[in-house]
Amino acid sequence: MAQMNMKEAIRDALRVELKRDPNVLLFGEDVGHVGGVFRATEGLQKEFGEERVFDTPLAESAIGGLAVGLGVQGFRPVAEIQFVGFIFEALDQMAIQASRMRYRSGGRYNSPIVFRTPFGGGVKAAELHTDSLEGLLAQTPGIKVVVPSNPYDAKGLMIAAIRDNDPVFFMEHLNLYHAFRAEVPEDDYTVELGKANVVREGSDVTIITYGLMVHTSVKAADELEKTKGIKVEIIDLRTVSPIDIDTIVASIQKTNRAIVVQEAQKSSGVAAEVIAQINEKAILHLEAPVLRVAGPDTVYPFAQIEDTWLPTPTRIIDAVNKVLEF
Amino acid sequence: MSKVPYEVYTEEVEALSVLSPDGEIINKDKLPKLTDDQLKEIMYRMVFTRTWDDRAVNLGRQGRLGFYAPVSGQEATMIGSEYALQKEDFIAPGYRDIPQIVWHGLPLYQAFLYSRGHQHGGQVPDGVNVLMPQIIIGAQILHAMGIAMGFKLKKQKQVAITYTGDGGSSEGDFYEGLNYAGVYKLPVIFFVQNNGYAITTPFSKQTAALSIAHKAVAAGIKGVKIDGMDVLAVIKAVQEAAERGRNGEGATLIEAVTYRFRPHSLSDDASKYRSKEEEGEWNAKDPIARFAKYLEKKGLWTEEDTARVKEEAKAKVNEEIKKAEKTEKMTISGLIDSMFESTPKHLEEQKADFK
Ligand SMILES: Cc1ncc(C[n+]2csc(CCOP(=O)(O)OP(=O)(O)O)c2C)c(N)n1
Repeated sequence: MAQMNMKEAIRDALRVELKRDPNVLLFGEDVGHVGGVFRATEGLQKEFGEERVFDTPLAESAIGGLAVGLGVQGFRPVAEIQFVGFIFEALDQMAIQASRMRYRSGGRYNSPIVFRTPFGGGVKAAELHTDSLEGLLAQTPGIKVVVPSNPYDAKGLMIAAIRDNDPVFFMEHLNLYHAFRAEVPEDDYTVELGKANVVREGSDVTIITYGLMVHTSVKAADELEKTKGIKVEIIDLRTVSPIDIDTIVASIQKTNRAIVVQEAQKSSGVAAEVIAQINEKAILHLEAPVLRVAGPDTVYPFAQIEDTWLPTPTRIIDAVNKVLEF
Repeated sequence: MSKVPYEVYTEEVEALSVLSPDGEIINKDKLPKLTDDQLKEIMYRMVFTRTWDDRAVNLGRQGRLGFYAPVSGQEATMIGSEYALQKEDFIAPGYRDIPQIVWHGLPLYQAFLYSRGHQHGGQVPDGVNVLMPQIIIGAQILHAMGIAMGFKLKKQKQVAITYTGDGGSSEGDFYEGLNYAGVYKLPVIFFVQNNGYAITTPFSKQTAALSIAHKAVAAGIKGVKIDGMDVLAVIKAVQEAAERGRNGEGATLIEAVTYRFRPHSLSDDASKYRSKEEEGEWNAKDPIARFAKYLEKKGLWTEEDTARVKEEAKAKVNEEIKKAEKTEKMTISGLIDSMFESTPKHLEEQKADFK
């Protein structure tokens, strides 16, 4: 096993798949020669050639449409949208064309595409580089949305996403690219899409979260345990569409209390969906309403006040106390 | 003789014609090489398509079709451009371009099913290289560009063709597609049927460019403008574009100037935005009448032939619409199962709501 950060783990996943399957292609703005603005694909063009790993002109809809056309031809495109705020330019191709190819063609064609994009706050990036748009995509039928929280998962989920015959939107948190290193197997393995992970066991309350917020939640849980002896169970969704409700329900049966933590704005997003499903499947196990800790419903305030805008351990602790005291 | 404006730069260009409105060859150099049988087959397809269009409009009025965009007037662009291709070439159509995909191999009853919103309509048989019609104007242009890159990567000497209208040529996807095709030198043909209107918006309000063909210049690809009421000009232009694509010389933008005799769709009234005089002028350029004159002079076609093809087409359309009507209805559970290769659990559960 090697020690890798999340960026290296993603690059390793891409390398494994480029090597394994000649139909895998990697492209996007600046991904070829320099390996992307974060160097996530660095070295891959050199290793696999300009036909497999290439730069595109600056046009996101065309990146999406190129991926759809190549998918029809039997290729497995991994298309990068440089930053999350620019997916809107490509949204027709992602959310309409790729996602409904299987339906429209009665199964004759599919879209074995991975759309990769960096996102996520706390890095003082420029406006529209960090917003959490996963809820928007999660509402699209026919597309899977993955948000890894650590290097091991990132590699396994990426390999699974590339091998999946349906379109997967793969969101890489900017603040996790270099955050820490972890053990990552060098060979190939997959982490199943649509399967959540219990990252910390506990008996008093469940925190359901994903992405960077897994780490913020762990900080809150450590603090709660140290100061009050509260045992928090934390579930990392890993895939925000579809949601692994079974893992959530099993946890709530044990803890009877839950909160959902997301970076995105509060309304109508992944947290709302999680709570709706809990409502449908586990309401009788609840001792308190399920609360959300999320960004407020404002535009994302890049840089200046993002550290207070994003959910903090303190806000998470407050929410946990509220459901415990309900 | 008109000058042949195959290179488009900054001056107004005249569209290439091969046949005069009286069916005389006016541009011998650009006459495509076709046998008598091929000429008759092209005529057969055009008459067949006109009859099918007439029938489709009636079927639409009877509620037996869903969304349908009429094609009469555009037979030369549709039939000619498809005829100039090989079976292995790929077609990415817009919503009006159903004749091209049917003549390329999609069974007619499936086109009717598509119109009726049945997903089997888009379930193209193996070996037929077409996509189902695209509703988002311009999206298919990018798919064709990607498909063309697929041919290039696989080192196959095929081309992709995609269609849009004068309206579609204003979309961002159109420019993005042309630009990518230029950068990657892709074997793709962008075929714009400029029928003068995008729903009700006239060409004069669509662009200030002198022609759509000019737009190729900015993308570094070849641009040509042709007479879209002249099937021989269409065939020649597409043959040349396909050859360029197969030879690795890259993409071509073809602007074909044409007209649709009927309104935009079955629910529009063309008299609100088009004059009788204009319609009359274009009727006089009917691509079928023009080609018929040429063939009649060569002794290859008679009025009886037209009548016979019409009967055949009517019978075939009746048969195929019945087949569409008899096709088992879609179900909600089938629909749910068509979202993903294997249906996730939450969707499995949603089926229960529709038992
Ligand atoms: C992205 C998008 N915008 C608008 C429409 C609505 N719409 C359907 S057809 C049409 C006009 C298309 O005109 P043109 O491209 O010239 O093709 P024609 O109908 O003349 O063949 C419009 C605006 C659409 N289908 N897709």
